[in-house]
Amino acid sequence: MKHLASGLALAIALSTPALAQEAETRVIGVSIPAATHGWAGGMNYFAQTAVERLEATYPQLDFVLATASDPAKQVNDIEDMVATRKIDALVVLPFESEPLTGPVQNVKASGAWVTVVDRGLAVEGIEDLYVAGDNPGFGRVAGEYFAKALPEGGKIVVLRGIPTTIDNERVEGFQKALEGTNVEILGMEHGNWNRDDSFTVMQDFLSKYPQIDAVWASDDDMAVGVLGAIEAAGREDVKFVLGGAGMKEMVKRVMDGDAMIPADVTYPPAMIATAIEVTAAGLVSGAPVSGQFIIGSVLITPENAANFHYPDSPF
Amino acid sequence: MTDTTKAPIRLSMSVIGPVLGLLALIVAGALLNPNFLGWDNIVNVLARSAFIGIIAVGMTFVITAGGLDLSVGSMAAFIAGLMILVMNSALPALGVGIPVVLLGMAVALAGGLLAGLLNGLIITRLGIEAFIVTLGSMGIYRSLVTWLADGGTLSLDFSLRSFYQPVYYSGILGISWPILVFALVVVLGEIVMRATAFGRHCAAIGSNDQVAKYSSVRVARVRLMTYAGLGLLVGVATIMYVPRLGSASAATGVLWELEAIAAVIIGGTVLKGGFGRVWGTVIGVLILSLISNILNLTDFVSPYLNGAIQGAIIILAVVLQRESKAGT
Repeated sequence: MKHLASGLALAIALSTPALAQEAETRVIGVSIPAATHGWAGGMNYFAQTAVERLEATYPQLDFVLATASDPAKQVNDIEDMVATRKIDALVVLPFESEPLTGPVQNVKASGAWVTVVDRGLAVEGIEDLYVAGDNPGFGRVAGEYFAKALPEGGKIVVLRGIPTTIDNERVEGFQKALEGTNVEILGMEHGNWNRDDSFTVMQDFLSKYPQIDAVWASDDDMAVGVLGAIEAAGREDVKFVLGGAGMKEMVKRVMDGDAMIPADVTYPPAMIATAIEVTAAGLVSGAPVSGQFIIGSVLITPENAANFHYPDSPF
Repeated sequence: MTDTTKAPIRLSMSVIGPVLGLLALIVAGALLNPNFLGWDNIVNVLARSAFIGIIAVGMTFVITAGGLDLSVGSMAAFIAGLMILVMNSALPALGVGIPVVLLGMAVALAGGLLAGLLNGLIITRLGIEAFIVTLGSMGIYRSLVTWLADGGTLSLDFSLRSFYQPVYYSGILGISWPILVFALVVVLGEIVMRATAFGRHCAAIGSNDQVAKYSSVRVARVRLMTYAGLGLLVGVATIMYVPRLGSASAATGVLWELEAIAAVIIGGTVLKGGFGRVWGTVIGVLILSLISNILNLTDFVSPYLNGAIQGAIIILAVVLQRESKAGT
């Protein structure tokens, strides 16, 4: 009798945690574009560190991280995650909105939680949680900085990114913030968020306009190319260059009080970490996390730059 | 009789086609913007053409011999990354100075030569299609540079970059080094193509490799040398590229291979091989960089359409010279 009871107790003691663990092991799939440019490199880094941290913190959570070099590969990744790993939640930063909408909709139909990051899907209401940067705000903050830094007005040139909705929203926000000021936009060209492209575009801007007071490079990678072109031309008329995103080298220059890089505007690649953390919190704790989480764009100045400097990140 | 009168006209049309295209672009540029013919703009355009130009000269030989190399853009990015890593790690031992720059240059040349030899050996010894081999190595080098850079950007140490910078920005008599090196490569390429057995062998192999073989041309060796030469020139281009912005990332050299191939074909080299023209390649390179320069200097068209304009002009330039051959 005694033996039986203790045996039973032992069996229960042994089986209970195992049972509980089996019931509670949840799989979160994370699908993001590969590190093809600086910002995406930072995003990959923050995704990996968030996954490592959460796996250590919550033994009952499992993560599948996949990086895709094009939309078709990303669709395959997501289908594989559903078929072979039976994911309970998907955190996805869509490569492009249209091609990813159907596959993500299927994930939702399978009953999984869906978190969409940065780029919205083509159909509304699929995602449970939407985490994104504020693109119109990114442009607005930059525009307000130009209005303040050039109170007497001035002539500026603008480098745009790859032609996308993101880029359009930023430029619209920027133009709106400059309405009614004396800041004149001489020209806008696409530097495609690329250092080499923006170097040649800036060289040509410098040949075209004899007087340029400042440059909105709208991205830190493009700012590197712009600075190279200005330096090579030896032009003294350009007072400053405003980039964006928060690349560590640029934040460092802001921190050091560099006159050419007096400020920067954030568009943090770490937003992927926010999305993964909040999704994990929702799965583990049951606290309500559905809705929208918009991460505001902040102006980095020498005073607050230390808060935005991540020396370990590749970006 | 009619043939003899037609022949010179035919030749001159195919020769002047690309030249006419280039002149038309120069006139258009000068009319659209007065700064276009300014010294600074000319130097800018020539210097930025040098990377693609140096690579395109090597590509002319590869294509003339009936081959193709899609890996050059990724190769340039990988070599640039490698060069930056080596120079940064040798910096504490060697200090900022000429030795460390020479070391970087040696790494670039050796890396380029090795990468080119590797492509060439797989193509000639294993007998695999150049398209497939170099498509594979394109992916490999692109991934390797992303991996070296940990997804971010490799940057040359700042003090070293300032020291190395004159290699891109300064030169002799206001003509910067990339332009001088480009010119030297073109002159050498033209001599090799026209006046050496190697150049003739390339054209013979591209026309008909069986006939070339029976004419005791060492087909595999000549082919291998075209790829090795191209690799070496990619190394030379990288030496000029790194001092410009002092960085390499996964976005470096994207689509350079297609620009180089387009320049070669615009210049009159036959894509199927058998005929190559080095000076034509130079015209092709200049046409390509002038188009984007002119589009940047004017507000003529929406920037969204830049690619379309470039594509149209590429096709037009080739049509111009092919038309003359249609009569044959």
